[in-house]
Amino acid sequence: MSRIDKTFADLRRKQETALIPFLTAGDPDLATTSKLIRTLAENGADLIELGVPFSDPMADGPTIQAASERALRAGTTVRKVLQLVAEVRSDCQIPLVLMGYYNPVFRYGAEQFAKDAAAAGVDGLLLVDLPPEEVGEISAIMKAAKIALITLLAPTTPSERMSKLAAAAEGYLYYVSMTGVTGTQKVSPADIKAAVENLQSMTEVPVGVGFGITTPEDAKAVGEFADGVVVGSALVKIIAENAGSDELLPRVGKFIAELKQGLLA
Amino acid sequence: MSYQYPDERGHFGEYGGRYVAETLMPALLELEEAYNEIRNDPSFKEEFHYYLKNYVGRPSPLYFARRLTEELGGAKIYLKREDLNHTGAHKVNNTVGQILLARRMGKQKVIAETGAGQHGVATATVAALFGMECEIFMGKEDIRRQALNVFRMKLLGAKVHECTSGTATLKDAMNDALRHWVTHVRDTFYVIGTVAGPHPYPQLVRDFQSVIGEEAKQQLQETEGRLPDVAIACIGGGSNAMGTFYPFIKDKSVRLIGVEAAGLGVDTDKHAASITAGAPGVLHGNKTYLLQNEDGQINHAHSISAGLDYPGVGPEHAHLKDIGRAEYASITDTEALAAFQKLTRIEGIIPALESAHAIAEVMKLAPTLPKEQILLVCLSGRGDKDIHTVADAMGVEF
Ligand SMILES: Cc1ncc(COP(=O)(O)O)c(C=O)c1O
Repeated sequence: MSRIDKTFADLRRKQETALIPFLTAGDPDLATTSKLIRTLAENGADLIELGVPFSDPMADGPTIQAASERALRAGTTVRKVLQLVAEVRSDCQIPLVLMGYYNPVFRYGAEQFAKDAAAAGVDGLLLVDLPPEEVGEISAIMKAAKIALITLLAPTTPSERMSKLAAAAEGYLYYVSMTGVTGTQKVSPADIKAAVENLQSMTEVPVGVGFGITTPEDAKAVGEFADGVVVGSALVKIIAENAGSDELLPRVGKFIAELKQGLLA
Repeated sequence: MSYQYPDERGHFGEYGGRYVAETLMPALLELEEAYNEIRNDPSFKEEFHYYLKNYVGRPSPLYFARRLTEELGGAKIYLKREDLNHTGAHKVNNTVGQILLARRMGKQKVIAETGAGQHGVATATVAALFGMECEIFMGKEDIRRQALNVFRMKLLGAKVHECTSGTATLKDAMNDALRHWVTHVRDTFYVIGTVAGPHPYPQLVRDFQSVIGEEAKQQLQETEGRLPDVAIACIGGGSNAMGTFYPFIKDKSVRLIGVEAAGLGVDTDKHAASITAGAPGVLHGNKTYLLQNEDGQINHAHSISAGLDYPGVGPEHAHLKDIGRAEYASITDTEALAAFQKLTRIEGIIPALESAHAIAEVMKLAPTLPKEQILLVCLSGRGDKDIHTVADAMGVEF
């Protein structure tokens, strides 16, 4: 069983919701990201989405745009992100999903990427701009490497399309809680509950919800029905505000622990 | 020769496609369906041509550039005068088409990205014409370079958003327009200004711009009784070039030459020649040639002409390049400036700096061709918007 599947199976048994933090690899630098990953894991994260920075992050708001720019300025590359994952795997087995845009993977070569990512210990891949219509060009390659391709669904996705995508899903489904870019609006749990439950009725694959979840209260409210909650911009903001300070790891640890508390409450 | 592109999935061979976030996918499918419905609808064609004729001023003249031809001493040069269109460039052909499509789809708001400001002006113009709300996304750097067009858009009632992320030029304006569209996709129509972006945009922009090549073909038939030997157009995203080329694609005797911006030189890191010096990749919803580094990060483009200052190119050009149907040349800032002055002096036509790239290629090519050959050039726009840039480059202060 893959690390992702095992994690969700364990949580399901305990009737808990997965806490899925997102952070940008290389922001402010890769050595710090390495420490941050462990801090997240130790404070209650169940799975981590590790952002691979891209020069043109079209689906992201200002917070994650700025994080990507910082990471690229610090010299982050796909190759170095994979090295980071390999290094983390020496003592940390939390499921890791690389999240980003297609071009850096395409340029690396999907085949080579799959090989290197699997060897490094990557569990999943979420490419924002590679929708089901185009994913065919890498799906067999990733399957062979046992890297789960995570599918995004949005409030604009019609029901028929949703059931088709849900049927083919692996790892988990990522339900985007709003029509918008990351980190610009707040989630409205009541508005998305029905859509998420409808989606859950279509598939056994767990459903994570992301975009606009910033506080333990949001996490708790969404966690009432979702199988996982993704917290991105709020965490990236804390990292940005405390980069270079001794306070960084304690602050991040505290934030994650509070989110977890919210989910367990 | 059979040439049927894009295929049903929006691909031009290896290129094109729909590489967008899921939130936009349903909107693209809706747009594709709407476009397929109106494409062959005679009432849409009639409406489109009504506005092209009575509002844009089409057909645009095909002008025999006698003095330029004599001076260069080779092939006969014909200029397709898109500079004489309402708003001063070819861009309006496409915005008329897209706004009519938006209206049929029941959308009330339009957005657009712009580099030189020509597409922004052309979009704001048709939005004013139909009383629709209009927001334009433009890089901070371009707002500085094209202040006149910014004011023009505002006069026309558009709201202009300044984009400061990344390189603050056309590519970043397109990122911001896509971000805005994701957020307002339910009631907003995105008017893309060139033959790039996710399917069906490369197809529908090409189809709307094909009026350029169709008219030129007929006009040449009337004056010369034959096809041109060469068709030349400048390439930013490639819409005036696709519009010029497309009606000739099956006429194998016609050489098609796209002219990219070489900026300070294609062997420097300051140019915008994606086909000449780029590599395949995925950006802004399509797979195509891009200026990028080894890690797949998009490079800054540079051109003296804001309308060519884009690190990508429409996917159909990438395909035409690979199958060898079209050739792609490149022209430096310096060569474009020389051509700008040459055409102004010798024909009394001040071209847009974008179009001056095509003229510069003509100046290289025409003398090498026999006098009986015919060179068709798309003069995509007029140069009024560029007077400040040219004065700057010449060291003239006002
Ligand atoms: C006059 C003119 N020509 C050419 C272009 C380049 O665009 P395209 O390659 O899509 O024709 C522009 C873009 O702004 C323009 O204003």
